[in-house]
Amino acid sequence: MSENGIGKPVKRREDRRFLTGRGRYTDDLRMENQAYAAFVRSPHAHARVSGIDAAAALEQEGVIRVLTGPELVADGIGNIITGWAITSKDGAPMKVGDWSALATDRVRYVGDAVAVVIAETRQGARNAAELVEVSYEELPAVARGDRALQPGAPQLHDVAPGNLVFDWEIGDAAATDAALAAAATVVELSLENNRLAPNAMEPRSAVAVHDPAEDHYTLYTTSQNPHVARLVLSAFYQVAPEHKLRVVAPDVGGGFGSKIYIYPEEITCLWAAMKTGRSVKWTSERNEAFMTDAHGRDHVTTARMGFDEGGRITGFKVETIANLGAYCSLFATATPTYLYATLLSGQYDIPAIHANVKAAYSNTVPVDAYRGAGRPEATYLVERMMTTAARQMGMEEAELRRRNFIQSFPHQTPVIMCYDAGDFPGNLDKAMAAADVAGFPARRAEAAARGMLRGLGYSCYIEACGIAPSKAVGALGAGVGLWESAEMRVNPVGTIEILTGSHSHGQGHETTFAQIVADRFGVPIESISILHGDTDKVQFGMGTYGSRSGAVGMSAIVRAMDKVEAKVRRIAAHLLDGAPEDIVIEDGQARLPGTNRSLAWHEIGLAAYTAHDLPEGMEPGLKETAFYDPVNFTFPAGTYICEVEVDPQTGVVRIVQFTAADDFGTVINPMIVEGQVHGGVAQGIGQALLEQVVYDEAGQLLTGSYMDYCMPRADDVPFYTITHNATVCPGNPLGMKGCGEAGAIGSPPAVINAVTDAIGTNDLSMPATPMKVWQALAGARAPAAAE
Amino acid sequence: MYPVTYHRPASVEEALHLLAEEEEAMALAGGQTLLPTMKQHLAAPSALVDLAACGLSGIRAEGGGLVIGAMTTHAEIAASAEVAAHLPVLGLVAAGIGDPAVRHRGTIGGSVANNDPAADYPAALLALEARIETDRRVLAAEEFFEGLFATALEEGEIVTRIHLDPPKRAAYAKFPNPASRYALVGVMVAETAAGIRVAVTGAGEDGVFRHAGLEAALDAEFTPDAAAAVRVSPAGLAADLHASAAYRAHLIAVMAARAVAAC
Ligand SMILES: Cc1cc2nc3c(=O)[nH]c(=O)nc-3n(C[C@H](O)[C@H](O)[C@H](O)COP(=O)(O)OP(=O)(O)OC[C@H]3O[C@@H](n4cnc5c(N)ncnc54)[C@H](O)[C@@H]3O)c2cc1C
Repeated sequence: MSENGIGKPVKRREDRRFLTGRGRYTDDLRMENQAYAAFVRSPHAHARVSGIDAAAALEQEGVIRVLTGPELVADGIGNIITGWAITSKDGAPMKVGDWSALATDRVRYVGDAVAVVIAETRQGARNAAELVEVSYEELPAVARGDRALQPGAPQLHDVAPGNLVFDWEIGDAAATDAALAAAATVVELSLENNRLAPNAMEPRSAVAVHDPAEDHYTLYTTSQNPHVARLVLSAFYQVAPEHKLRVVAPDVGGGFGSKIYIYPEEITCLWAAMKTGRSVKWTSERNEAFMTDAHGRDHVTTARMGFDEGGRITGFKVETIANLGAYCSLFATATPTYLYATLLSGQYDIPAIHANVKAAYSNTVPVDAYRGAGRPEATYLVERMMTTAARQMGMEEAELRRRNFIQSFPHQTPVIMCYDAGDFPGNLDKAMAAADVAGFPARRAEAAARGMLRGLGYSCYIEACGIAPSKAVGALGAGVGLWESAEMRVNPVGTIEILTGSHSHGQGHETTFAQIVADRFGVPIESISILHGDTDKVQFGMGTYGSRSGAVGMSAIVRAMDKVEAKVRRIAAHLLDGAPEDIVIEDGQARLPGTNRSLAWHEIGLAAYTAHDLPEGMEPGLKETAFYDPVNFTFPAGTYICEVEVDPQTGVVRIVQFTAADDFGTVINPMIVEGQVHGGVAQGIGQALLEQVVYDEAGQLLTGSYMDYCMPRADDVPFYTITHNATVCPGNPLGMKGCGEAGAIGSPPAVINAVTDAIGTNDLSMPATPMKVWQALAGARAPAAAE
Repeated sequence: MYPVTYHRPASVEEALHLLAEEEEAMALAGGQTLLPTMKQHLAAPSALVDLAACGLSGIRAEGGGLVIGAMTTHAEIAASAEVAAHLPVLGLVAAGIGDPAVRHRGTIGGSVANNDPAADYPAALLALEARIETDRRVLAAEEFFEGLFATALEEGEIVTRIHLDPPKRAAYAKFPNPASRYALVGVMVAETAAGIRVAVTGAGEDGVFRHAGLEAALDAEFTPDAAAAVRVSPAGLAADLHASAAYRAHLIAVMAARAVAAC
């Protein structure tokens, strides 16, 4: 064991550079010969582009070039792809409309890129972009997914009649219908999962460099998965073959999913670098980010759940419309299907489930995976349903959940997932004790005496992360495998470099990944460095999203460590004159028990590289690579209990207590895990109470800045009470489940269930703004009074 | 931002000269409103005339009242001993504006000249019957604030000082817009020598206004219940993403009652 090993709250090693302003982000990079890109963007939600006149822009001092869509297509730059093929229930493939990095003849959302100006300065590019005259013929637009599917709605893509991308189903429709028909009670619920803007602190940025001598490209960019970016840029967009393209994602300031995708701007910068012979930099402004970063969520759902007399769930039927925006982004089609409907069983033993998901194009920015990606939408539905059902049946909420909990594992749900381990009653007990649920009636009475309405809400969430077994996701339509790779290099002096295909953009990998190495070999954490984010350094990688860096990324490191250990044993056995299986590796030494013989870690390194005396036939060096493909998803689960006070005069909701009992499996660094929960819950509170992207009927973005889009601030969130209830995940070597998204997945229904408990009406949508809460209260008192 | 010429005159006269000379010149105070609008290309002055060195900053007690220089920042007003002694309510209004960075740059002159319909000072100045002094005249708050971002200021006219007399009692209750934290509804209740004044910001379609119904009710009985009982009409109130006119109308009575309770 090491003082910096598994389970220790080691301070984040990367924070020295972040907190002292020495992080190196994409926009910090300065290239020789650097020019700047500014995009000309559509002010219309839907229009035909009939002409582009760049003459006035080109006359501006310092303007190098103005490039447009037709030139991009002529140069053979391919359309932007979506990476997961979904098949409709009638067997038809999904309908994917063309998406060119720069529009050729039509724009489909406000912010759609039409042209790019390359100029000597950032301001010069931006000012000249305003002078590019684009002739638009406006077309009717539709912004809501459900409206887009109605007859007569404006049509976005010829290949997708009725704006329908796919009409997909999962589960057994007949069995579910029969269960509902026979149920003692059927509970109905309609709800919307509000559309969110991801708002990473660092806006997207790209610097593209082209070396004409080698015809080699380098792209520095804000990516969560640089190898995937390189793969897609070369295989599909034909920017350059993989061996002629290096992608570097240096320090990245938050992603939350929004930096998984390869956006039009990065493709355009690479192409523009080749066209202009200049290095090309683009950095998004905050208003551009609201307009062009892939949004999250945006579902409209109706559902029915059947119960028997004993309050046991008999069936669950779900109809969802997912708004995918104007084009299919990289994971957009997987998010509302395999990442959503496969979690509709929640923590409950449900014999029959059927879900139908229709995905719609609309004149809005593309929607894709955002912290939680599908699982928050599933959890919000299941957990609001459970609370609604308890209220309708007059049952105690915790009791209804308890009665339906899955108790034995493995558990095969009717919607693909096979849960491997968990302790759902234990999570609930732990949360209820920590939240002092027993004392709630007294707290409610005390609040009432102050004129405040106090409410308590539960959410028992489960999610699937550690994505994913490559064969399984391949069978479901994924375009890639979802393994991870790692390389462990022991240097001749004994220091260690871990090269990982995971990418850290706030998760603290430089600390936690080093902890598992220090733990395994007992070497000082200072002697270990973690390298990531550069396709020239790291062998390969699938990147960081879906809380996979622990369960998949660290598992790959464990496999590389296994291989190194095997070699170290053989070297040590040879030099110490023992058997490999007898060697003990601890405290940075290899020892032969029963003797006083040992080798220090640096002596092993030196022996491996001098190769003066290695076992017969052994290759010199000490460096091993592993590719780890998970055997299953992992299933973090937990109970969140939220307590709120509502001011009935104004509708203001204050969260007075928030309690989490999470089961993340093995915890490597409890401090970092707690931080992930804090951040995730803050985002969930944001979704529940504050955040919503709003487009008007004409497709204009009304929440284009922080004046109107409400991000949670420090005083919007409480001090959290966080506890753990770990069951070890049997599916990976360290027993980890993942913690990156749980907070955002589990918290919204806890908050809304608490607010509806406080105000005594279930009719409330997210975000529960003061006005909506006031309207719900007024509506409950006198339906006509509210408007 | 478009290229712009920056001037830093040393006197009001020089500033006026510079503003008159160039048609597209604009005065620059704390820049908290002007600079963001320039960055978004919503404003494009050819020149900025920074008022920082014109001697317009500072707070003076005078004849029982206060004279506040236009360039005095929100933070200075919030921390001022003079304000605390003579007009504590104004310090509280200032302390509730924006965030610390905004309060350390933003000025009272810039705020009143800008007359943002959701700004806090306009309600305070209207209810307190402030007089707004410019380089050429003195205007009553009532005459000065004309509508959305509109004031009685003429082309090139500069606000130099704000004159305030202490009320018998006064309090301000602000309901912040959850996103911007400007006033969604802000109500200043004051009892001045002339009577009860209730000024409302954040809510009016035409900017800050006085509410006659609330004034009459509070004139009859100065209690929170009297304010809460007034049925405020939504007619003429703003409606947007964050609040319907009906919700704003409701909040006006609630905030008025809370202000009365705090008086
Ligand atoms: C994040 C943020 C939050 C904010 N929150 C609030 C809030 O909660 N409540 C609130 O009331 N305000 C708020 N504000 C606005 C803030 O108070 C501004 O400081 C104020 O509106 C303008 O003052 P300024 O000194 O910055 O003026 P500037 O931005 O420099 O100027 C504003 C306008 O007034 C003109 N001007 C400036 N001074 C004079 C003068 N002496 N004579 C004539 N014209 C002049 C300028 O030419 C310009 O047109 C916020 C601002 C920001 C950025």
